[in-house]
Amino acid sequence: MYRYDEFDQDFVHARVAEFSDQVQRRLAGEITEDQFRPLRLMNGVYLQLHAYMLRIAVPYGTLNSRQLRMLGHIARKYDKGYGHFTTRQNIQFNWPALSDIPAILADLASVEMHAIQTSGNCIRNVTADHFAGAAADEVADPRPYAEILRQWSSVHPEFSYLPRKFKIAVTGAERDRAAIQTHDIGLHLKKNAAGELGFAVYVGGGQGRTPMVAKKIRDFLPEADLLSYCTAILRVYNLYGRRDNKYKARIKILVHETGVEEITRQIEAEWQELKDAELKLPEADIKAINTYFAPPALPDRPEGDDLVKQARLDSKSFSEWLDQNVVTHRHPDYAAVTISLKGIGEVPGDATDSQMEAVADIAEKYAFDELRVSHEQNLILPHVARADLKAVYDALVEIGLATANSNLISDIISCPGLDYCALATARSIPVAQEISRRFASLERQREIGEVKLKISGCINACGHHHVGHIGILGVEKKGSELYQVTLGGSADENTSVGEIIGRGFSSEEITDAIEQIVDTYLGLRLSPDERFIDAYRRVGPAPFKEALYAGETKAA
Amino acid sequence: MKVLTANRLSDGIAVWYADGGWAETVGHADIAHDKAAEARLEAIGAAAAANNEVVDVNLIDVTVIDGVAEPVRLREKIRAAGPTIRTDLGKQASPEAARAA
Repeated sequence: MYRYDEFDQDFVHARVAEFSDQVQRRLAGEITEDQFRPLRLMNGVYLQLHAYMLRIAVPYGTLNSRQLRMLGHIARKYDKGYGHFTTRQNIQFNWPALSDIPAILADLASVEMHAIQTSGNCIRNVTADHFAGAAADEVADPRPYAEILRQWSSVHPEFSYLPRKFKIAVTGAERDRAAIQTHDIGLHLKKNAAGELGFAVYVGGGQGRTPMVAKKIRDFLPEADLLSYCTAILRVYNLYGRRDNKYKARIKILVHETGVEEITRQIEAEWQELKDAELKLPEADIKAINTYFAPPALPDRPEGDDLVKQARLDSKSFSEWLDQNVVTHRHPDYAAVTISLKGIGEVPGDATDSQMEAVADIAEKYAFDELRVSHEQNLILPHVARADLKAVYDALVEIGLATANSNLISDIISCPGLDYCALATARSIPVAQEISRRFASLERQREIGEVKLKISGCINACGHHHVGHIGILGVEKKGSELYQVTLGGSADENTSVGEIIGRGFSSEEITDAIEQIVDTYLGLRLSPDERFIDAYRRVGPAPFKEALYAGETKAA
Repeated sequence: MKVLTANRLSDGIAVWYADGGWAETVGHADIAHDKAAEARLEAIGAAAAANNEVVDVNLIDVTVIDGVAEPVRLREKIRAAGPTIRTDLGKQASPEAARAA
């Protein structure tokens, strides 16, 4: 994986020193909160309901075991023994004291981590497919390009005060696991007919109060032009993006109001000025970055097939976990493993200090020291020999992280909601927990099949509810929590925004409503192979509305 | 009825103004029963923020049950207790809060 060079390390150390000084001056009363707030936000420090919150960047979701161990250490020493993995492949700590943050950042810097640009109106952590480098279906590893974008966007002088925050995601496979069409810029790494690498470029996706699917503005951008083209997009946005209204300041609004054709023309015109200048990526530089991401040497382990076959016979629960949480690797003797942070009734995305340390040990022992954080709030071991799967499974059982529910209805994305967040209007975690408990039976979940259920506790949509097959949005109405349901959203290569199905549900009603939706789907699907989203796209909202609300209409 | 709340600068912990200082629980916060008392609390909050004791100062609605102040809005109830999904954390986990309950 990427290692800091001297420049990176100096830069991060300098930032720790600078921010430590700012914190000391704030605590001494030498600077006011109004002066300090933008400084703390630039360093990932928010103020939430109960305490400060520190958001730490996990670039393109890639970690090594030393880093995960450090996160466990921070959770134990400075926080309350746990952390929360987020939908942007980052981690948040919910209880750090401001006075401890300099020490936390120093600890992070010692393992090449930081919290820079995890907030503010700048280019945020670039996210990527969590199976990058391992997936059997990928054209090339997207992370070197994410790293190039990280270097380019870190304290970029021109793009540090954008109209609003800016998020970029990259995938290297046709099947999009990075939700690129919900980002300000989505990049799909692909090969053209000549076998050269480049990107399909999507612009103007986003969620929040105005969800929009990104528009493809270029089918193939040569890889050497990545930075010049992104610069052109950011320049047009920086110049014309609205600054008068926070809610209309994202690039999605600019794309929508300007029109795809016109904005593409503007971007292309800007790009003509830039494309053959210093932003053109030299092949040698791309190669140099790529070497950091060279896959680990994976020795042949052909004994895996027999071992897995036997272990399947010995253990039903291992067999189920294998079916659900283990996916094909480009090397036939290996697999990529999803470690579910969605135990039945647990808080989605939370992991304890000792779980982090134990997972780090597993990664070190069985997974070439590599880990990923997925935007679906799980951890990933991208390279595990099939021969070691049973050992990994057994180790995960020991720490309570072997729930076999990847992509099933209890694999819920949920934002922290009103239990922690100062912006939230309703709780989201308790709703996730109750739905998870209702569908606790793995047999039932597997019968239902793939369902992406996503919950946000306010319209800002950190829980991605707009693009859930089933989405739940919590709002406050007349002093109570009310949950609005959307159906038909998705965040893959066929991204769509869900439709509001009807009146919202109280916290007492919402789980029943979800069960009714699921039962309706089970009753109308053509076969068990027809997924929830496919069935919804075939039949539309009518049968679901009927199931949820028909009684009310008749009663009225 | 309103009380004055904020987060402590040094550690961000939620606090309420009571008896001339900042308490870690809401129960015995100073209550403003009229506009004049609200204005007095607001002035205290502004001074404490200016003095770098607290941040994010707000007046919030409360009701009084058995002589103990309780926030009206769910958001403030959660701030006063802790995450509803982790009753081992926050104010609700402390012996003082347990006694008040």
